[in-house]
Amino acid sequence: MLSRVTRRAFSSTRISPYKVTVLGAGGGIGQPLSLLLKLNHKVTDLRLYDLRGAKGVATDISHIPTNSVVKGFTPEEKDGLRNALDSTDVVLIPAGVPRKPGMTRDDLFAINASIVRDLASATAEAAPNAAILVISNPVNSTVPIVAEVLKAKGVYNPKKLFGVTTLDSIRASRFISQVENTDPTQEKVNVVGGHSGITIIPLISQTQHKGMPKDVKDALIHRIQFGGDEVVQAKNGGGSATLSMAQAGAKFANAVMAGLDGEADIIEATYVDSPLYKSEGIEFFASPVTLGPKGVEKIHPIGEISSEEEELLAKAKETLKKNIEKGVVFATKK
Amino acid sequence: MVKVCVVGASGGIGQPLSLLLKLNPYVSELALYDVRLAPGVAQDLSHINTNSNVTGYSKDDIEGALKGSQVVVIPAGVPRKPGMSRDDLFKINAGIIKGIVTSIGEYAPNSRILIISNPVNSTVPIAVEQLKAMGKLQPGNVMGVTTLDIVRAETFLVDYLANVKKSPTRQYDKTAISKEVTVIGGHSGKTIVPVVRNELYIDSLQDQYAEFIHRVQFGGDEVVKAKDGAGSATLSMALAGYRFTETILRSIHREATTPIPTFVYLPGISNGRQIQKKLRNEALEYFSLPVRLVDGRVSAIDASVLDHLSAKEQEMVHTAIQELLGSIDKGKKFVIGSSKL
Repeated sequence: MLSRVTRRAFSSTRISPYKVTVLGAGGGIGQPLSLLLKLNHKVTDLRLYDLRGAKGVATDISHIPTNSVVKGFTPEEKDGLRNALDSTDVVLIPAGVPRKPGMTRDDLFAINASIVRDLASATAEAAPNAAILVISNPVNSTVPIVAEVLKAKGVYNPKKLFGVTTLDSIRASRFISQVENTDPTQEKVNVVGGHSGITIIPLISQTQHKGMPKDVKDALIHRIQFGGDEVVQAKNGGGSATLSMAQAGAKFANAVMAGLDGEADIIEATYVDSPLYKSEGIEFFASPVTLGPKGVEKIHPIGEISSEEEELLAKAKETLKKNIEKGVVFATKK
Repeated sequence: MVKVCVVGASGGIGQPLSLLLKLNPYVSELALYDVRLAPGVAQDLSHINTNSNVTGYSKDDIEGALKGSQVVVIPAGVPRKPGMSRDDLFKINAGIIKGIVTSIGEYAPNSRILIISNPVNSTVPIAVEQLKAMGKLQPGNVMGVTTLDIVRAETFLVDYLANVKKSPTRQYDKTAISKEVTVIGGHSGKTIVPVVRNELYIDSLQDQYAEFIHRVQFGGDEVVKAKDGAGSATLSMALAGYRFTETILRSIHREATTPIPTFVYLPGISNGRQIQKKLRNEALEYFSLPVRLVDGRVSAIDASVLDHLSAKEQEMVHTAIQELLGSIDKGKKFVIGSSKL
């Protein structure tokens, strides 16, 4: 059926059943993401929810011969959202509106903040133990929003809340391979910080390409930081990254499930409630995280970085602090 | 390493299909073409860290997209709305396919042409006749993609078997059922003939058998209805289209492939005439059957499935042929005009 490579990427040696819910399944990211999850053998029960279209998407992918059941839920039916979430193991949230040219991820805040808050509230009630994977932008702020909502309901578990930054890592691998003429599947770049513009810090000094000339490196860093804008521009008002984001979301969800399954050495960069810079008032930070049965098993520090990267980090922290505060203020206002 | 072109890449099928192709290690170059939005889709996919280079082409540059392509997958066209049959699409999609195939004849005449655009029962004859008229037809290259029917047959067979009250330890694996069922005939309603190879399964299904057949034949309508005006099957079609394309890619890379059903021009295939005799209708020029591939092209038809048809399946084949003759004729006439037939 699928090529051996994709089969390897999606199969596991142990078949633990995972229920996965996609909130925003009818959207530009949600649809291809739901397809990839239907193809993932770790998933046995797939629930798709959206304001419109989830039942159509569910019927469509239900025809695919993998062993998961898939069902669509809408707000029109009684307890639609609750049933989509009921005792689920993993919740992916791509819901929300995408950027248009000229917009930053922060500009989305006004609309997406309430969407995420409401979905977090429903998740807190129906699936308090689920791993929550936030894709909706601006991630730097929406993840803190989810945290505050869960705290208010007394169910906050920082080990189970993740901002999905995988696309930045994927972009870094791809872009560095283009600059260095190497195999993109073999490039691994640690990307830390946040998920927006200058909060994205690719640690080139930790790769095998330390000798990159400064102007090339600066251009590369800029491209990784603003890779999202590149797609928004190219789509010319038609949206932002959907297919590559679906791939990134599916890849990270797969890693989370592998971790829950107890597979060893599952390490992915992700934006989490982090001790790394808490003393400076920065509650959330993306760094490599070992994923395990409890969710976050170990948060790795960012390691040794160059002096230029120290500068990037300092700037990133300033912005991150503001982004996080914006989310917290929104979520805690009466 | 292969250049693959997707014509209709920014549509509902084209986008997820292009995503799956971007993940395939046998693709070295992925060319995305559509009348609009293909460059945006390409930019999106280009960020994925697999080895292929992906380029988007605008409306006026089908030549750039097609040149050097070894495989051209065509999901282009409009989807069905509730109440529409695949034939209702004909008026629009026939012209689209004719135009695309004309370009293929000019810029990539040696490519393998995988046709998804509905109604397949008519668009494949359009493609063949158009290439014939250009003197560029290589029949083994032109394949109608019927894989979604096989995908549905596998899924529904397991779903219905699971309903049967048997011992609780009997588990059916959808990912391992492909040997037990295939689909032949055409790609529309009653031209779709599911063939359950294992008689025991047919016995198990009992009174669910008729429902199983109907669901495979009208599975497309099920999705059109569920989408309520928003389109037809896109994600499952992307998966099916990918599954077929992936088989072609593996064949090109000299991997052994099990025979896979596809809708082909029988007179152009080495044992096509024998197949027409076996189907007892020498006027029938197109039929979907499992085929053997060499270098990703149809080399021969594996007709063994026809030797073991049940009485009911033979009846379905007969019904399918009657409808197919009309749809094929419609496609041919679109290219060569009524007077010449």
